[in-house]
Amino acid sequence: MSVTQLATTSSGLVRARDIPGGIELERYLDPETEQETLTINMGPQHPSTHGVLRLVLELDGETVVKCTPHIGYLHTGIEKTMENLSYYKALVLTDREDYLSNLCNNLAYSLAVEKLMQVEIPKKGQYMRVLLNELERIASHLLWLGTHALDIGAMSVFFYCWQDRDRVLEIKEHLSGVRTKTSWICPGGLRGDAPTGWMTRVKEFLDYFPARIELYETLLTNNPIWIERTRGVGVISAEDAIAFGMGGPSLRACGINLDLRKAEPYSSYEEFDFDVAVGTYSDVYDRYRVRIEEFRQSLRICQQAWDKITALGPNAPVRTPDRKISPPPRAELDTSMEALIHHFKLFTEGFHPPVGEAIGAVEGPRGEKAYYVVSDGSNKPYRAKIKGPSFYNLQALPRMCEGRMVADTVAVIGSIDIVLGDIDR
Amino acid sequence: MVDTDVRLGLSGSDLAIRDRQFKADVARLDESNLTPDTSAEFKALVDGGLGDEIVIAKRFRGQDFLTVKKERIVDILTVMRDDPECRFNLISDILGLDLLGFDREPRYEVVYSLYSIPHQKRIVVKAQVDEDDPSIDTASGVWIGAEWPEREIYDLFGITFVGHGDLRRIMMPDDWVGHPLRKDYPLGGEEVEFSHNVRDRVGAEDTPSPLF
Amino acid sequence: MGLETEAGFMTASLNKIVNWARRNSLWPATFGLACCAIEMMASTDSRFDMSRFGSEAFRASPRQADVMIVAGRVCKKMAPVLRQVYDQMPEPKWVIAMGDCASNGGVFNNYAVVQGVDQIVPVDIYVPGCPPSPDALIYAVMQLQKKVDNAVFSDRY
Repeated sequence: MSVTQLATTSSGLVRARDIPGGIELERYLDPETEQETLTINMGPQHPSTHGVLRLVLELDGETVVKCTPHIGYLHTGIEKTMENLSYYKALVLTDREDYLSNLCNNLAYSLAVEKLMQVEIPKKGQYMRVLLNELERIASHLLWLGTHALDIGAMSVFFYCWQDRDRVLEIKEHLSGVRTKTSWICPGGLRGDAPTGWMTRVKEFLDYFPARIELYETLLTNNPIWIERTRGVGVISAEDAIAFGMGGPSLRACGINLDLRKAEPYSSYEEFDFDVAVGTYSDVYDRYRVRIEEFRQSLRICQQAWDKITALGPNAPVRTPDRKISPPPRAELDTSMEALIHHFKLFTEGFHPPVGEAIGAVEGPRGEKAYYVVSDGSNKPYRAKIKGPSFYNLQALPRMCEGRMVADTVAVIGSIDIVLGDIDR
Repeated sequence: MVDTDVRLGLSGSDLAIRDRQFKADVARLDESNLTPDTSAEFKALVDGGLGDEIVIAKRFRGQDFLTVKKERIVDILTVMRDDPECRFNLISDILGLDLLGFDREPRYEVVYSLYSIPHQKRIVVKAQVDEDDPSIDTASGVWIGAEWPEREIYDLFGITFVGHGDLRRIMMPDDWVGHPLRKDYPLGGEEVEFSHNVRDRVGAEDTPSPLF
Repeated sequence: MGLETEAGFMTASLNKIVNWARRNSLWPATFGLACCAIEMMASTDSRFDMSRFGSEAFRASPRQADVMIVAGRVCKKMAPVLRQVYDQMPEPKWVIAMGDCASNGGVFNNYAVVQGVDQIVPVDIYVPGCPPSPDALIYAVMQLQKKVDNAVFSDRY
């Protein structure tokens, strides 16, 4: 419904120019109560909507009477484009849909394709995937913490968080040469093994980061302004959260223990010892506490993964030896005709999963990230559906902010950690 | 067959590869059919008087798929949600499928990927939707969270959800024509300009190529 | 040169002074769309610190901005908004197309994405990369500063 329709249907009175940009104000009288309400268009270009989200807020004074999210301003057609690329090339697009959890998306897609192809990844590859996923989760939560605190008014947290996030990105850069979109996890394992000195660098970060978590807690956890802005704000009941299909820390803050790393372990997560953080009051403050605890648990997992990878040694394989899906090493090409054929076939035509469909689901930083891949036997995915957890989390936004102050809306949007690339795809 | 492939934009080599693969893969499939004895969900549907609704029940790569008729989809989903053996209380995702390339009737499927928090398992329920009458009852009464994914399917596939309170486009602009994720909808975009096709793209015979 | 008077003054051509003022306070409008917006934010953080070049003051309101950094893919639903934000910016104004998607559509050659933001607004600097690193964006700002410096200020009032 456009702004015009919204205004006319709920009052029968007034009119607005239906412009989807900027901020425009609407005044009209509610015929039943004769009360003045104000319709504000927030977004799509707005600093605290975390991207190009547009909200149409109907206000009675400072109170939000009605909140209507409008999405689609970042619809990129990724699913359609993936249908036209081979399986290996489509991987590149998975980096770019939820642009804060690239490696988690890579893993979800790779799991789905590997399920179709029935290949098994060597242990070291699985541990590396776990390590990279947890580093990605730390980076994503750091970004969330910085921007969320900035929205609420704690500016210095932003600088601390980005400093640490850059350390994680440097680790990724050392691994692959790119800061963010590495595509390092691919069907068949990883693109390559860790370069020299990479594990030391990871270790340095793991030793450095615990003190930083304490720093963030000092800045925020007992800060009276922070508590005032977040506690009791944006409450949603556990039943509603499930009915809306919410996921991730936003769902766990309602007291629901759902973490796919525990519930349906993938990539050897069952071998790791960690706890799932669960909240009680399901408000903004609890979502903050859950994510802070996830920092610690991610660090625990990283540490264990680091130990396991080191124990396996630098020569253990990270890719499946199955030549149907994994290209042969460069050295083999000089000596083996068969390797040359495999190499040629894989990079010109790609591989052909059998007819069928499979779901690859991982626990991303925002919730369940799932790829539903349908194969028709060709070298391109017939259909690749991306499940974006933010899509379902955002759907519950009106339930969380209606009846509350307009300033709380900003806090709630930040707390559910939406990424518009994940919603619109 | 040919007609469909032209609509899909498949080239001859694509077709040859696909046909070869079809033949080769039939032997490799580890597909098994489900029965009420092997599947608690199947049994729950039979107990609920909905056994006739199931068209195909199969397990593929450890995942259960139930293909059903669309007429009583709301009843089926309610059983899935409420039956103590099922308790699929969380929608993982709802998606549309256009099976134009499979040469199979009916053309569309609405796929409900459901997750059970108490039992920690997953099931896929697929409802068949005809091309002539692309509509199905809404599941937003079963899970309120089904509203937006159904709007997305309406937007991108053109399948109408009967009883949906707020069915309008969600991803594309309101005045968009067509449903992009249908298989007969072109990918769109612009042709990329290379040195060998610059004349075609510009459309003028005397335009010099930038490289020569 | 006027150094003998008590207050002191300097002579220079008006063009140089105006361009000097313009070039060293290029305030960007936040037009973060997708992945590149994250790197754009990173360029203002304490490590890359774009404030060394006078461009750290990101303005949410286009009325207070000089340069629009289009960071990310622009889809057809967003295009009118982009144009409107551009029109709301006061002259003189410049546009940086950050990243492959904003420059030419990038990997998304499909029905939904505008193939290059230069179809909607005039672009001064294109930044390659998917996404460009913050250093690349800072370099783009420096290039824009050169461009501003070499212009005749009265052409853009």
